[in-house]
Amino acid sequence: MYKLWATILKDLRILLRDKVGLALMFLMPVLLVVVVTSIQNSTFELVNKNRLPILICNRDTGKLSKQFIESVDKIGMFKLQELDKSETEQHLKGRMRNKNALLGIIIPADFSTNISVKAKNVTSKALKSFGLQGDSAGRKVNLNSLDLYYQPVLQESYRVSIEGALRSALQITESRETLRQLYFAINEKPLPPALENELLHNQSTIKEIPVALGGVTNVPNASQHNVPAWTIFAMFFIIISLAGSIIREKRSGSFIRLKTLPTNYLIALISKEITYLVVTFLQAVVIFSIGLWLFPALNLPQLNMPPNVGTLFFVTLICGLSAVSYAICLGVFAQTEEQANGFGAISIVILAAIGGLMVPSFAMPGSFKPLISISPLHWCLEAYYGLFLEGGKLKDIITDLIPLFVMIIVMQVISYIGLKRKNLI
Amino acid sequence: MAVMDALAVSVRNLDFHYPGSEVLLYHNLDMDIKAGERFGLFGPNGAGKTTLMSLMTGLMEPDKGTVTILGKELNGKDKEVNKLFGFVPQDFSFYHELSPVENLEFFGAWAGLTKAQINERTAELLEILGLTDVRHKPVQKFSGGMKRRINLAIGVIHQPKILFLDEPTVGVDVQTRHAIIGYLEQLNSHGTTLVYTSHQLNEAEELCHEMALVDNGRIIAQGEIDKLLEQNHQTTLEGLFLNLTGRQYRD
Repeated sequence: MYKLWATILKDLRILLRDKVGLALMFLMPVLLVVVVTSIQNSTFELVNKNRLPILICNRDTGKLSKQFIESVDKIGMFKLQELDKSETEQHLKGRMRNKNALLGIIIPADFSTNISVKAKNVTSKALKSFGLQGDSAGRKVNLNSLDLYYQPVLQESYRVSIEGALRSALQITESRETLRQLYFAINEKPLPPALENELLHNQSTIKEIPVALGGVTNVPNASQHNVPAWTIFAMFFIIISLAGSIIREKRSGSFIRLKTLPTNYLIALISKEITYLVVTFLQAVVIFSIGLWLFPALNLPQLNMPPNVGTLFFVTLICGLSAVSYAICLGVFAQTEEQANGFGAISIVILAAIGGLMVPSFAMPGSFKPLISISPLHWCLEAYYGLFLEGGKLKDIITDLIPLFVMIIVMQVISYIGLKRKNLI
Repeated sequence: MAVMDALAVSVRNLDFHYPGSEVLLYHNLDMDIKAGERFGLFGPNGAGKTTLMSLMTGLMEPDKGTVTILGKELNGKDKEVNKLFGFVPQDFSFYHELSPVENLEFFGAWAGLTKAQINERTAELLEILGLTDVRHKPVQKFSGGMKRRINLAIGVIHQPKILFLDEPTVGVDVQTRHAIIGYLEQLNSHGTTLVYTSHQLNEAEELCHEMALVDNGRIIAQGEIDKLLEQNHQTTLEGLFLNLTGRQYRD
């Protein structure tokens, strides 16, 4: 036992004196989690809180375009800036290129007329269907009511969201006009404002309810998604330090002496396993603490810790053990530090990508889906999400932990065979 | 020098070839080193001295044959026999990030010592080898001579009965060489068998009593140095070496 303790002490001392290695293991993931969460959160706020700047050039003189602009404003997503109606399309594009706005709308001169005619046509058809006399002289309508200009930097997902919002404003304008005309045709008097308001604005609401395993209904935010994901990424990035440490030891003179001493090299590997397991645990503690206490100070959403701390502790240890097992496996087989660093870093990024850390697994192309399950990072993430997003208990995430256990055993066995074949144990 | 009848090291019918090579480096090699001896293993570059030392310390496994250390056969499975000997490799074999005390603590534990034994031996060795003042400084900041002394201290921390030394004084100044050789003589006077390789033949002549000359995987001469010099009509070990191995480059 003293041999193991002395070896752990040796590994800890070497680790603590490797300032670059420590920075890589602790500072890099902390920066990563803060930066990525900030970006994702600001993207969310850009759309939901900060209001997207939008230039509107209204060439229409009718009241419907004004109602449409009011409806757009009421959505709350946009910061409107109205341009003079004489501004040309080139002028609008020029302003957008100068980054004055990400979006621009030109409301054509016949906007009100078009909507009015469209409403009249609908009214006429409706009256006919009621068996009443409608205006049979239906006119053709230009269905392209608006031109929406956008900066190419706007991703498709945002454009779809923006288009949906604008379509909703257009729908309100059209519906209001149709309603007014229909009411007037039947009652021969204008639609009362109170009724108009009742019909158009008194919509049923949608309540969002996250599906939770343990009855916890915290609304997931950028922190809940990012903190567990980048914690796992950080844990697996110990590969650089751990595999490097094994290779340095194998290639250094100290290894020759170790082989002549009456102790099995397995002790050295168990020591590294314990030392780096502690490191991965500390990484998780540091990153979770940042999510818990630093994020609110940075105006980022606070990380909501899972209710079952014991399970979180257990899952963190299993995730750490899988990271350590992978690093030891690589350290046993790689010949040089360059091999371990290159292969290690690239393989972690690839396993993180296919494991759903960078793009959600459900959004991956079908051809990639069979690969997801070979990534230990995927199962770590699933287990963490089960706790952080769904408030699950150990029994709820055991199906994610079993593949991890299997992978850990496989990697340990492979390492053992490798050591045997290389006559190291 | 306390010469005893027992054998410290016995090599019998040893065959060895390097992985990937079809040529046997050693074939049916026999060699005995008496307990308490100061034994020199010499030969030109590439002759196979370090390989033979690696076979005698278990760093390499022979294709055939046995190596026995104080009557116990060396094998990879039972590491108890490894307690009987110490090894001082030519390369610095320690952790450069650690201090002398930390290195000795770790290697002492691996050699099977208790914490108390390590503390006692560490203080003693650092004092003898003049490293007490720098005992808590990282070894990477040390001079070559200080590193050689640490390398030696680690090899003897568990007070082995046999000490294998591969070029223990290479690259050091006269003072350090003098200190190291003096300490080795002191160890031998207390019964430690020394098995030593070096290209410093003057030093070897001073230190060793018996020797084996290895060339092309064969032992071409073995015995007491004085008798070998006499038999070959030579007055120095260097003369004997050139007489038996020739003057051609070997590497």
